[in-house]
Formats: sequence, structure tokens, C-alpha cells
Amino acid sequence: MEREKTDVATKEFTLHDLKRILLAGAGAEEGVDLDGDILDVPFKALGYESLALLETGSLIEREYDISLDDDALTDADTPRALIAVVNTHLTVPA
Amino acid sequence: MTNSVVVTGLGVAAPNGLGTHDFWAATRSGKSGIARVTRFDASSYPAQLAGEVPGFVAEDLLPSRLLPQTDRMTRLALVATDWALADAGVTPEDLDAFDMGVVTASSSGGFEFGQGELQKLWRQGSRYVSAYQSFAWFYAVNSGQISIRNGMKGPSGVIVSDQAGGLDAVAQARRQIRRGTQLIVSGAIDASVCPWGWVAQLTSGRLSTSHEPSRAYLPFDADAAGHVAGEGGAILIMESADAARARGAKIYGEISGYGATIDAKPGSGREPGLRKAVELALAEAGAEPGDVDVVFADAAAVPELDRIEAEAITAVFGPRGVPVTAPKTMTGRLYSGSAPLDLAAALLAMEEGLIPPTVNVELSSEYDLDLVGSQPRAAEVRTALVLARGHGGFNSAVVVRAVD
Repeated sequence: MEREKTDVATKEFTLHDLKRILLAGAGAEEGVDLDGDILDVPFKALGYESLALLETGSLIEREYDISLDDDALTDADTPRALIAVVNTHLTVPA
Repeated sequence: MTNSVVVTGLGVAAPNGLGTHDFWAATRSGKSGIARVTRFDASSYPAQLAGEVPGFVAEDLLPSRLLPQTDRMTRLALVATDWALADAGVTPEDLDAFDMGVVTASSSGGFEFGQGELQKLWRQGSRYVSAYQSFAWFYAVNSGQISIRNGMKGPSGVIVSDQAGGLDAVAQARRQIRRGTQLIVSGAIDASVCPWGWVAQLTSGRLSTSHEPSRAYLPFDADAAGHVAGEGGAILIMESADAARARGAKIYGEISGYGATIDAKPGSGREPGLRKAVELALAEAGAEPGDVDVVFADAAAVPELDRIEAEAITAVFGPRGVPVTAPKTMTGRLYSGSAPLDLAAALLAMEEGLIPPTVNVELSSEYDLDLVGSQPRAAEVRTALVLARGHGGFNSAVVVRAVD
């Protein structure tokens, strides 16, 4: 379990990290360019439904060793919102 | 307005050929797909041969969005469905979503996916189990994923009756079309050549432990000693004959009769139900035994089950009264995928006028069957009977007929 943990003290969760985890956990919808300007595009429009976001949240929790509550995940309906939620957890002192 | 239900598209994933063309080219020439298991190390298991579908690269054929959430059997089923729809000349977006349904059979679900998640649960903990485990393993997943991918919201479901399920699903699809749904995607694809699936299949006591591909699966042979397990199957596009004709579709044939029975409890002394299933299917098709040009046997390769099947065929058709073939000797038994693959082979046999061979088998003197041997047989095939039996006493029979 420990080997996948990232050094949170020096790391910020970025769009780059989110894209990597989305691709690993849920793949990409045909016709959707994740490299485009997607920060404010709703996840639904990007082809990710609630289960894909549940899987994504689960992968983030494991890699960053944080715990996201279900509401935070369902309320964060765009990449920008989800990145903000994750970073809130990362900046909380251990 | 007729009540007739026809097949207008085929999508095949078989151990001796991926795609309808490769499957039929192999099958008509007697090419087997049975070999040593390659998908995992089977050296510690009693059964070490399988029919594995060759050359399937899901990444080339499906969007990446679907890969983390699908077992191999679902990936095969989704691609086979794409091929079947293309073969039928159907573009789902052009039809009303509620005029299309999906009824497939399944005998084990996505065992390989499930095995991976259980291993993660055991080794790493529940946080490592994929959210997709909630559906990726279960029986109805192929129907569900086909339905979602193609926007099919009409009557749908899954039939679970082991190998007989492949015919039972086609029968259920036919019912739904008769009730008014325009098109149903049916058939079945199973694939559980993984340690968990293997152990589950071994519990039947019916897997051959031979290590020789040409001696391992010998239905109706004096040396019959169980079957080789395989993966794959076929997806069929079924439509009302009226709808198919109205759009000028190519019609492979009509599903004209179906019969299903359950064997009595072992020890009851009552006759096994297979003969009755055949009679019901013929009666519904309005066919006499003499009309049937070929029987695709269930071909269990368990001596007692072979005897029951040979007796049922002889009782209905008379001694050596009808050509009998078992092309599954080239694929192994594919569980729910077997019978739809036999239906596909029957329809292709009609098209070509050729009964595919039964390979490796030397007919036991115990059976009075006209078994088509290692060479294909040229024959006009207008009516074919496909048989399938499932573990636990399921017997199903389907009559397919050429359409003028």
C-alpha cells in the first residue's frame, strides 16, 4: 500500500494529475480531447458519469492518502472544482 | 403481417476464428482452435487445454472509456455486436431507442474481472477494489453494456441456463419481437479462461484431462472423456421478417421453432427431456423429421450424455436418419456461447450448401448416427436443428429455416 503514496508535502494536485488519473481509472470518451481547455467543462459533458467519478475519487484517495467524502465528490462537477477539493485536503496539516 | 422472426446479422468470436469470415473459413476446412491454455499458467491444473479466441486486441476495437470497466467476455461481446449490426446494415442511431432490445445468455459472468478485484481485496484491501466491480462481473453485464453502447432501451435481459441459455436467449428475443419490438440483439459470448473460472468449471467433473489437442474432446467416440472448455460465441441480430424485408435486409434464415424441457430428478427412471425438446421445436416449426437436413449436436463427450443425445436423435429421426455434426469439436464447449455459434454455423451452412465437419471423432459402434466426419459434406441445407444442454438438466432445441 505504501509504495503508491505520493509525498504530499511537496506536491500540489494539478490538472495534469487529474487527467492522468481519469485516463487510468476511466479512460477517455471518443471525441473528447482531455488536452483541450476542460477546466470548467462538466464531467458529464466529458463522458464521466457518477461511477467513473467514484472510481476516480478512489484512485486519488489511494495515491494521495487522503479521504474525500462522498458529497465533496458529487458536488465537484468540473475538473476545476475537483482539483480545488483535493488541494484543500492536501494543504491541511497532518 | 407474419409472425416470423429472422436473423439478419452475425458477429462471431470463436477459438478457431475471430470474425464470421475467419470462423467459417476455419470451420468448413476442419481447422481447430484447441491448444494449451495461454491466458494463465495451467500447468498445476488437471485440465490444460482450451479453445481461446485468437488475435483479439480490445484496445484497437473499443474506446478507452470502456476498457477499465469491462471483462474480456464483455469486450468480445461489444465488438461482436458492432460486427453483427454492421453485417445487418443497421445503424442504431437511425432507430427509435425503444424499438431495440438486448437479450443475451451468460453462464458465468466476468470471472476474470472478478478474480482480479477479489485478489486486490485480499492483498491490498477494500479501497483497491474497482467501482466497476459493481457490475463488470455479473451475468447481465453483456446485455447492459451492449444496450448502453448502442442506445437500445427496449425489452432486455439475460438468460442463465448454462449451455442451453444460448438457445433460450434467442427464444426470448423472438418472443419480444413478436410482442412488437423491431430488433433484438441476441446470442451470447462467454469467456472465463482464468484460474477462478477454470476451477469453477473443473467442479463439473466434465473437463477432459487429456493434454493432446486432437484427443481431448471426442463426443460420440468410444474414448469420450469430457470436454475442452473454450471462450467466445456469436451475437445475432434478430428482427421481424416484415421489418427486415421492409428495409431490404439480407436474411440469413428464420428462427422457426423452439422447444425447452428440464430433465426429471436423477434416479426417477423417467426418460431424459432432450427428445421432447426436439419434438416441441419441430412441432412449432411445422416441420417433419424428414424436413431436417442437419442436426448440430450438443456433443457433451460424457459417455452417458452422448448416449442420451444419440438415443434422442435416433428416436426422432430413425437410425442414421439425419446428418449430425459437432463443429464445436474445433472450438471446445463455449458454455452459453456455443449454441449461438452453432446457429451461426447452421445459417452459414445454408448459405454455402455445406455441412461443417466433426473433427477427430471416430464414431462409437454404440451409436446409430450419421455423423459427418472429418470432411465437410456438400448438402442443400434448408432446415437445421441446433441442440444445447445445460448442466442441471436444461434441454433446448431450435429449428432454423432458410427463407425464400
